[in-house]
Amino acid sequence: MELKDIIKPENKVYSKSPVLTNKVMHYCPGCSHGTVHKLIAEVIEEMGIQEKTIGISPVGCSVFAYNYIDIDWQQAAHGRAPALATATKRLCPDKYVFTYQGDGDLASIGTAEIIHACNRGENIVVIFINNAIYGMTGGQMAPTTLMGMKTSTSPYGRTEELHGKPLKITELIAQLEGTCYVTRQSVQSAAASRKTKRAIRKAFENSALNKGTSFVEVVSACNSGWKLTPVKSNEWMVENMFPSYPIGDLKDR
Amino acid sequence: MKEEIIIAGFGGQGVLSMGKILAYSGIMQGQEVTWMPSYGPEMRGGTANVTVILSDKKISSPILSRFDTAIILNQQSMDKFENQVKQGGLLIYDPNGITRHPQRKDITICSIEAVDLSAELGNSKAYNMVVLGAYLKKKPIVEMVNVIKGLKKSIPERHHTLIPMNEKAIQIGMERVTELHTI
Amino acid sequence: MAEFILMKGNEAIAISAIRNGCDGYFGYPITPQSEVMETLMVERPWETTGMVVLQAESETSSINMLYGGASCGKKVLTSSSSPGLSLMCEGLSYLAGAELPCVVVNVVRGGPGLGTIQPGQGDYFQACKGGGHGDYKMVVLAPNSAQEMYDFVDLGFDLAFKYLTPVMILADGVVGQMMEKVELRPVKPRWSDEEIKKNFKWATTGKTPDREQNVLTSLALDAAVHERLNHKLQSKYKQMETEDVRFESYMCEDADHIIVAYGCMARICENTVELARNEGIKLGLLRPITLYPFPTIEIQRMVPQLKSIMSVELSAGQMVEDVRLAVNGKIPVNFFGRLGGIVPSPHEVYEAFKKEINK
Repeated sequence: MELKDIIKPENKVYSKSPVLTNKVMHYCPGCSHGTVHKLIAEVIEEMGIQEKTIGISPVGCSVFAYNYIDIDWQQAAHGRAPALATATKRLCPDKYVFTYQGDGDLASIGTAEIIHACNRGENIVVIFINNAIYGMTGGQMAPTTLMGMKTSTSPYGRTEELHGKPLKITELIAQLEGTCYVTRQSVQSAAASRKTKRAIRKAFENSALNKGTSFVEVVSACNSGWKLTPVKSNEWMVENMFPSYPIGDLKDR
Repeated sequence: MKEEIIIAGFGGQGVLSMGKILAYSGIMQGQEVTWMPSYGPEMRGGTANVTVILSDKKISSPILSRFDTAIILNQQSMDKFENQVKQGGLLIYDPNGITRHPQRKDITICSIEAVDLSAELGNSKAYNMVVLGAYLKKKPIVEMVNVIKGLKKSIPERHHTLIPMNEKAIQIGMERVTELHTI
Repeated sequence: MAEFILMKGNEAIAISAIRNGCDGYFGYPITPQSEVMETLMVERPWETTGMVVLQAESETSSINMLYGGASCGKKVLTSSSSPGLSLMCEGLSYLAGAELPCVVVNVVRGGPGLGTIQPGQGDYFQACKGGGHGDYKMVVLAPNSAQEMYDFVDLGFDLAFKYLTPVMILADGVVGQMMEKVELRPVKPRWSDEEIKKNFKWATTGKTPDREQNVLTSLALDAAVHERLNHKLQSKYKQMETEDVRFESYMCEDADHIIVAYGCMARICENTVELARNEGIKLGLLRPITLYPFPTIEIQRMVPQLKSIMSVELSAGQMVEDVRLAVNGKIPVNFFGRLGGIVPSPHEVYEAFKKEINK
């Protein structure tokens, strides 16, 4: 049997979503961004909302999200994505509007914007990638960095005296009246990814029902920042991140 | 015609709204107007004042240091504005609470007991309309019909029932203004 | 017949926005301009034109809401006063970099810092020379009446969409708080979604199969690409300088001296010109209406007939630098300014002018 006999439509078991572009991703091998991008693209494809979806990309590694998901994008200043999304959704209520933000963007410089957008109950989706580190700028401490964790700006490990404890922003968000769905997921395995995809889909569906803000945290791996191999990163994440950031729904109404 | 007026007193005396009614009356008879509230350091300490200009021509500076007319409703304003009335101009004041009365000899000085008169009317809120009446008696620069139109424009529609009372207050002000010094 | 309403400059901004097809206002309260949002909230335009009005959590947020709205091809507006504008400078730089249109009103108060709520013109540098980071400019309109506050909202949107750039209305506490007669111009309806899709191919209206995705960003990590973007911005600014310089001259034809003043100070200096003329001094007034692009060429044209120029500002001397650049040392350029929210009277300006020319 030759290769051409195998490459046939009837033998196809998987293909990437057409909502993903053909560009080669700049993310490091082992990074969670690629997986989450894929899940978002699949949800957009399956819901048939490519023409109605507007993404807001942050500052951080995923600033270039627009290179990979083939929809219209606005690229926000650091932390401000929820403000852009607020206006976009209010001015174009028929659109699906989501922000895609990292922990530095959402939980540090953009706390005011995210808290108030969620408190107003903007009918938007927030995808929050929490890898406990600033990836793009080279591995600095984030508000979600774990206690004792070494980063380039906490070289001897995060201490309470110097930096305070990790900010559990998602728990805070879940307290806000404006949010309808707050969940924490991960993508280190196929099973986890499937759950995350379901969560993303639910979030997009909520947005069409005008139920308020849907907030999906994805506990993610940054193997370059963590200075671990991709496999070790996933293991480290399960072992160390999950106790601080437990997986599951915080709110669903 | 160009009339440059300063109205000055305490906040709550209706200084700003009196100016607004006057300005609207000017618009009703096709004039150019500006209304510039106190917006300098003098605003502190509870005093409020407004410069109103009515003119047949385009108005340049909304901020002035000399006035054709000063309407003065407290002592601080008397101290500040008595000397800013142009020679031959008009000063109207309510003697209530005034400890140093105006002394200029080169301007016309009138008094209006607006606190007492509005109390007699049974509506202390009509205070500023009594004062407006006094002014309009001395300087009939806007016709009464336009003042009523101006009132209608400046007062929210739900309060239009108060217009006859305001009109009456203006009439009383016109009747009871007293000229103290004439040039 | 034209309809005239007595209103504050700040109220005129709000009413004009509703009547000129503005899609969204996003703002944060600050003196002396809070009447803009207050008026909008009383008028409830979302029930009539469909205009969105939202009180944001900060000026940082309101300017970024403008980024989102402008990205959708919508006519979006914010207003603030000096300290708020400082917070917005980040966003303005991003809007300029991403080539997005919007109108931003600054009712200037005295600074620096919290300063005073009284009027000022100390934000000229911030408005005209950047404020935010990078090589960008905004069209800066300087109204001097409630009518111009009304008219410049519409003009501002025209220029913002002509150049795809933020436009600033640089007012001051006097122009914002003063009430004057304002003529309500004919209503312009909001653009429909179809019109926006047709006219603004760049907008994030949703990617359809017939076009590439639209991405609104100011990011370009490739040096060559980024230099090209900057050159494109610079060519727009050149075009503004040729096509959209606006100014007004008062008694300049035979003038030996001129005052250059904008906003409320131009109104005050008109009286100063009259005082001088009454004493036989040939004084004129040049009022820049666009502070950027600045009427450099008009000043240069006048220089040969003039003995001196005086810039009069509610600042320590900011616009005077642009006057000096235009004059280029050919005649004396004097300056008179008051600070701290003190607005000089026409007489005070006249005395200062006489002192300078008699030196």
